[in-house]
Amino acid sequence: MELTQLKQRGEFEWQLPATGRMRVPGVIFASRELVAAMDEKVREQVANVASLPGIVAASYAMPDAHWGYGFPIGGVAAFDADEGGVVSAGGVGFDISCGVRTLHTGLKLADIEAQKARLADRLFARIPAGIGSTGGVHLDPAGMAAMLRGGARWAVAEGYGSEVDLTHIEEFGCVTGADPGAVSDQARRRQRDEMGTLGSGNHYLEVQVVSEIFDDAAAKAYGLAPGDVVVSLHCGSRGLGHQVGTDYLREMVLAAPAADIALPDRELACAPLKSALGIRYLGAMRAAINCALANRQILTHLARQAFSEVFPGVHLPLLYDVSHNTCKEETHSVDGQRRRLFVHRKGATRAFGPGHVELPHEYSRAGQPVLIGGSMGTASYVLAGAAGTEERAFGSACHGAGRAMSRHEAARRWHGRAVVDDLAARGILIRSTSSRGVAEEAPLAYKDVTAVVDASEHAGLAGKVARLSPVICVKG
Amino acid sequence: MNWELFAHEADVGVRGSGATLADAFAGAATAMTAAVCDPARVGAGDTVHIECAAPDAETLLVDWLNALVYEMATRRMLFSRFELGIEPGPTGMRLRACAWGEPLDVAKHQPAAEVKGASFCELVVRRESDGQWLAQCVVDV
Repeated sequence: MELTQLKQRGEFEWQLPATGRMRVPGVIFASRELVAAMDEKVREQVANVASLPGIVAASYAMPDAHWGYGFPIGGVAAFDADEGGVVSAGGVGFDISCGVRTLHTGLKLADIEAQKARLADRLFARIPAGIGSTGGVHLDPAGMAAMLRGGARWAVAEGYGSEVDLTHIEEFGCVTGADPGAVSDQARRRQRDEMGTLGSGNHYLEVQVVSEIFDDAAAKAYGLAPGDVVVSLHCGSRGLGHQVGTDYLREMVLAAPAADIALPDRELACAPLKSALGIRYLGAMRAAINCALANRQILTHLARQAFSEVFPGVHLPLLYDVSHNTCKEETHSVDGQRRRLFVHRKGATRAFGPGHVELPHEYSRAGQPVLIGGSMGTASYVLAGAAGTEERAFGSACHGAGRAMSRHEAARRWHGRAVVDDLAARGILIRSTSSRGVAEEAPLAYKDVTAVVDASEHAGLAGKVARLSPVICVKG
Repeated sequence: MNWELFAHEADVGVRGSGATLADAFAGAATAMTAAVCDPARVGAGDTVHIECAAPDAETLLVDWLNALVYEMATRRMLFSRFELGIEPGPTGMRLRACAWGEPLDVAKHQPAAEVKGASFCELVVRRESDGQWLAQCVVDV
C-alpha cells in the first residue's frame, strides 16, 4: 500500500483521512512494514466501508488486514441503528462465526511424546475433517431449531461437554436474538450432515505446546505454563452459515437501490438495521453464530474422547472460545457517551480489556483471551485484550497471520507430501485426507504471524501472553 | 469453452470464456471445480438439473455457481461437464442446465477445500471486443 495517502498517528497507527464519500476516516493498526505490504485493495475497502450509512468513529483495519470482499479481512466497523446504521452480510462474510477455541489438557510435552503418533491417529479418526466429511449428529427440524437458538448451551444440554465450558465462551455460549425462522430450508439442508465437522481449507485441530510465556500474570490467570500441552481448533458454522451468507448477500444486493443505499462495491451489501431485511438477517446471522458455537462444542467433545482413549482420565477444560466473522450488538463509549452499536468484525477478534463486564471473573484482571491461529509450521498465540482497546477499535484485535500468496500459487510451489515430511522432520505430525489441501496451507503460504501479534501489542489492541507451537495438526 | 483460476489474496477467482454466454458460464463452473480438485479426475456419470433466474447476467452467474455449490455440498458430488441454456425470463434472465459429475471420492479426487459460496467480488459478465463472452467472480474457500 502506498503510504503517502496515510497520516501516521503513531508508530503502529495510520489514518486514512475522510475524503469523497467517506463519512468517517479509516484507521489501520500496523507497523510500517505490514502497511507497506498490504494490497492497495485494503485501502480501497477501508474507504468503502467508511462510506456506509450510520458508521461510527472510523473504519478500522487490524494488523493482519488483507483484500477481502467488500470489507477487508481484518476489518472492524460499528453502526448506530438510530443514525440510519446498517448491517452488512458482506461485512460478516460466508463463514459466520468462524473462530478458535483452545483447551487445556493438563499434560506436558514429555507426557505425550511417546504417544504422539497414536494420539494423532485417534484425533484423525474421531474428528470428521476435510471436504465431504459427515458428522454423527443429525438433527430433525425441532432439534435444528433448538440448536440454532441455543448454540453451545444446546450442545451441553445434549451431552457434549459440561456447564463450566459455557463460562469460557463469548456470550457464554449462546447469542440471544437468533431467529431460526429466518434461516432458509437450503441452509438447514446443507447443515443436515455437517454438525460436528471441522470443514476444510484453513480449518484445523492442533495439539500445541506452550513454547514461551510473555506475560506471567495473564498466563497464570489463563492457566498456561511453559511446556503445557493444549488443543486449539479453528472452524465455523459449516454449510448453514455459508448458505445464510449466500442468501442474504444476494437479497441485500438486490434490495439496496430500494433502500436508497449506493454501494461502492456490491459485496458491501447491507440493509438498515431497523429494516425488515436487516432484522431478519440479524436473526439468521445470530442463529448461524449459535450453529458455530454448537459445532465447536461437539468437536470439543470428540477431541476429549480421542484424548481419553490415549490418556485415560485426562480432562480438557476450555480456556476460551472466540468468534471472527460476526456482527454483535455491544455497548461502547464514543466521545464520552455510552452507545448501543452493531460491531462488525470481519476476520477480526473481539478483545475486551481488563474489567469488562462480559468477561468471566477469573479473566477480569487479565482481559479477554484472544486466540490467534498461525500456520501449521510456525506458531499460534494467546493474547489478552488490552486496557483501553475499546476506545481504539471497539475492543478488537487481529485474528491470524493472513495469506502471503494465493492457494493456487501455494499448490504450484509445494507438494503436500513434501510439506508433511518436512514438518515430520521437525516433530510436527500432520494428518489430512488431501495432499493438495496440505500444499495450499503450507507454512510459507502465510505471513509472519509474529509480526502481526507484535503490531497488535504495540498498537495497544491486545498484549502477548503465550506462544503455542504445533505438535500435531489435523487438517480440515 | 475455456476456463482458468485467477489470484485473490484470501480466496480464489474463477473465470470462464467462450463463444456464447452459456459457454462462459460453463467455463466458470469448470474453474470452480478446479478450485476444489483437478477437473480431469472427475467423472460424468450422474446428472443434476439446475434452474435459476435473476434480474441480470452478473447476478445470474452468482446464482448459477451458488446452485452448484449447494448441489456439491448436499449431494457430496463434484461436477465436470455442464450444458446450459440461458434466455430472457419474466423478470430478467433464466438459466436451465444439466451438470454431470460423480460422488466425491477423497482418495481419487484429492479435494483441497470446499467452496463456501460465490461472491460478488470481481464479478464480471461481458462480451469482449473479439465477440467472446467472459464470466468471472471470486469464490470463498
